[in-house]
Amino acid sequence: MYAIDVDNVTRIYQKYSARHRFQTFKSALLKGDFLRALRPDELVMALDGVSLKIEKGQTFGIIGENGSGKSTLLKVVAGIAKPSSGRVRTQGKVSALIELGAGFHPEITGRENVTINGIMLGLSKKEIHQKFDEIVRFAELEEFIDAPVKTYSSGMYMRLGFSVAINVNPDILLIDEVLAVGDASFVPKCLDRIDDFRRRKKTILFVSHDLPTVAKICDKVAWMKGGKLMMVGEPKRVVDAYLQDVTVKQEEKFEERSKAIDLEQKFEEERRENRWGDRAVEIKKVRLLSLKGVEKHVFAPEEGMVVEMEVESPALVKDFVFGVGVFNSQGVACYGTNTSLEDYVPVSFRGRGIVAFRIGRLGLINGTYYLDLAVHKKDGYPFDYLRNLYSFLVSSTDRDEGIARLPHDWSFSPKIRIRPPKTGGKARVNPSTPRHECRGLLRVNPEPRFSSPPLKAGLSVGERVKKAETPGNPKNAVKKNKKR
Amino acid sequence: MLKVVENLKVLYRYRVLIQSLISRELKARYRGTVLGFLWSFINPLLLMIIYTIVFGFIIGPRDPAFGSNRVLYALFLFCGVLPWSWFSSSSIESANILMIQGNLIKKVLFPAEILPVVVVTSNFIHFLFGLPILLAAKLLIILFVPQAPPFSLYLALLPLVMFVQFVFSLGFGFLISSLTVHFRDIKDILSNLLTFWFFATPIIYPMTFPAIQQSNLFRFFLNLNPMTHIIQGYHDTLFAGRPPDWLHLGGTLLFALLLFWAGHTVFDRLRDSFPEEV
Repeated sequence: MYAIDVDNVTRIYQKYSARHRFQTFKSALLKGDFLRALRPDELVMALDGVSLKIEKGQTFGIIGENGSGKSTLLKVVAGIAKPSSGRVRTQGKVSALIELGAGFHPEITGRENVTINGIMLGLSKKEIHQKFDEIVRFAELEEFIDAPVKTYSSGMYMRLGFSVAINVNPDILLIDEVLAVGDASFVPKCLDRIDDFRRRKKTILFVSHDLPTVAKICDKVAWMKGGKLMMVGEPKRVVDAYLQDVTVKQEEKFEERSKAIDLEQKFEEERRENRWGDRAVEIKKVRLLSLKGVEKHVFAPEEGMVVEMEVESPALVKDFVFGVGVFNSQGVACYGTNTSLEDYVPVSFRGRGIVAFRIGRLGLINGTYYLDLAVHKKDGYPFDYLRNLYSFLVSSTDRDEGIARLPHDWSFSPKIRIRPPKTGGKARVNPSTPRHECRGLLRVNPEPRFSSPPLKAGLSVGERVKKAETPGNPKNAVKKNKKR
Repeated sequence: MLKVVENLKVLYRYRVLIQSLISRELKARYRGTVLGFLWSFINPLLLMIIYTIVFGFIIGPRDPAFGSNRVLYALFLFCGVLPWSWFSSSSIESANILMIQGNLIKKVLFPAEILPVVVVTSNFIHFLFGLPILLAAKLLIILFVPQAPPFSLYLALLPLVMFVQFVFSLGFGFLISSLTVHFRDIKDILSNLLTFWFFATPIIYPMTFPAIQQSNLFRFFLNLNPMTHIIQGYHDTLFAGRPPDWLHLGGTLLFALLLFWAGHTVFDRLRDSFPEEV
C-alpha cells in the first residue's frame, strides 16, 4: 500500500503573452475574440508524465533546479493544484508546509489565528484546544500569543505557522523549502520534529535545495529536471547524479564566460584595471586543464589542475619570474608562489613558450576561485600581470569550512562508540578521482583561524548543521546513532 | 444541478471553518477602533440621519403615501437602505475576496467557495446588527406619529425575505468573485453598476410614485430588477406591515436560485484557474 501514488501526472500551465492576454472586458468585446483570447499562446509543462510511488513511512526527498517542477508536484500531491492529466492518490491526512502562516490575519491575535489556521489545516476545535499549549510552547511565543499577529517579527510568524502545521499530526507531511528561513536555533528544532515524524513511520515528502540535509534525512530521493523525473533512488547516488548534471551546466557557463575573456578582445578599461605591465613578455593565452589534459573549469576538491600559460617574448629577456596566485571569492589568498620564490633561476627566453603549473590535488573547499597570473622581473617590475581574469569552481557535497581541506583521518579509541558515515555514494562528482580522506561525518568545530570577515559570512549556513551534529551536543549525537 | 448539491455538502462540511472565518472577519473589522462593535450600530444610524436630512428635509418627500411627513419617509428610506447596503457591500467585497485571500487559495488546500459565503454572511450579520436600530426607530415613530403603520404579524415573514436576498447575494457573489479573477475591471464596473442599480431599485422612492405608476416602461424595467421585489418585501413586511407580493417574491426566489446555480457553475468551472490567476 502506497501512501502517495502519483500516476502519470502532467500539469500544464498556460502562459499568456502580454500582447494577447486580454485584461479587460473592453478589449475582449471590442476585438470580438472573447473565446480566442482565452486560448493561451504557449503551454508550459510544469510536470510531464510524472509517476511516483512513495511507501508508507518513507521520507522522500525531491531535488532539482529552480523551475524543475518540484513545488508543482508538491502542490499536486497536496491537492492545491489539479493535474491536467493523470491521477494522484494519497492515503491519510495530508498537511502541506508550503508557506508557513498562509492565511494568518494580521489584525487578530496569535491565539485566534492558531485556532483558525488549525481548522483550515483540518483540525477540529477540540483538537486545537488540546494541542494549543504545545503549539505555543513549540513556537516559543508564550508571551506574545495574545498580541495581534501584525506585531510579530517574521521569525515569530514563521515559527507559529510551522508549529501549527506540524501539530496537525498528519499521516503525510509535505515540506517545501520552508526550513530555509528559520534561525539557528529553530531549524534544528524543526529537523528534530521531522525526525520524530520519521520514527513514528509517517510519510514525508521533502522538497529542498539543501542537498546535505536531503541526503541525510531522506530514505529515497527523486531528481526532477524540466518537469520530468530524471532519477529515483538511493539519496547519495541521486544527489551526486544531480550535482554531476549541475557541474556540466556550470562548465558550459564557464566556457561561455572564458570565451568572453579572450585576451585579445578584452575591453580596454577592464584591461587597465585587471591587467598591467609593459608586455615585454606577454601572456597570450591561459587554459585550465585537468591532470589528463582536458580543459575544464569545475573541479572536485580531490582533483588536480594544470594552469597552462602561453607566453611570448619578442625580444630576448634574461630576468623573468612566472607567478601564480589562487584567491577565493572573498579575496582571501589561498595560495601563491612563483618561480623565484622556489629558486628557479631564469636564464633566457625568446619567442613563444608554454608554462604549466601543475597542482597535484586542489584540496580546496566548495566555492569559486580566482587566479592571478603574472610574468615579472625579479624586483617585481611587471611584464604582464593578470588579476582575477580566470576563475574556476570547486564543487563537492562536503560541508567542511575554512580555506583548504587539510588531508585528514579520524580514529577513535574503543570506548568512544561512534558510527562511521553511510558510504552509499559510489558515484562521486568525478568518478575518476579517489574518495578523499574525510572518514567521519562528525567533525570538530572548525576554529575560525582566519578572522577575515568573509569566513564569518560563510559560516552562517553551516552553523545550524553543525549544531545538530557536533559531538558537543550529546542528545543529537545519540539520536543520530540510533537512526543509522 | 447535482454538482451544486455536492458542493453544498462541501460547504456544510466546512461549516466550522466558515463560522470561524466569519467571526474572524467580524472581530478584525473593528479591531483597534475605540467604539468597536458599536460601529455596527452607528454606521446605519448615521446613514439614516444623512438620508433623512437630504431626502426628507432638503428634497422633501414627494410621494402622497407619506403625506408630508418627513420622519415617516425617513423610516421608509431606512427600511430599504439597510438591506441594500448588505447587498452592495457583499458584492463589492466578493469582487475582491479571491485576490485578497489569494494566499489561501495558492498555498493551502482550501475550498475557495467558502470565501464568498463568508463575505455574504458576515455582511448579513452586520445587517442584523442594524435591524434593532431600525425596529427601535419604528417603535419611536409609531409612538409619536399617528398615521404611521403599526407593527403587524407579517413582520414574522421578514426572515423569508432575507433568505431570498441571501440566496441572490450569494449567487451574485459567486459569479462576481470568480469572474473578477479573470477580468479585473469588474471591480470598477461593479461600483458604477451598483450606483445605477441603487437608483433603479425603489429605495428612495416607493413603487407607488406617480411617475412610475403612469409609465408602463418604468414599471416594466423596475419589475425586471430582482432587487426591486426584495426591497419591496422589506417595505411590505417591515414598513407597511402587510403581506409581501407572493407572486413577485416567489418569482424572485426562483430567479435567485437560478442565479445561485449559474454563479456556482461558473465559479466551479473557473476554480482550477484561481491558484494561477489570483
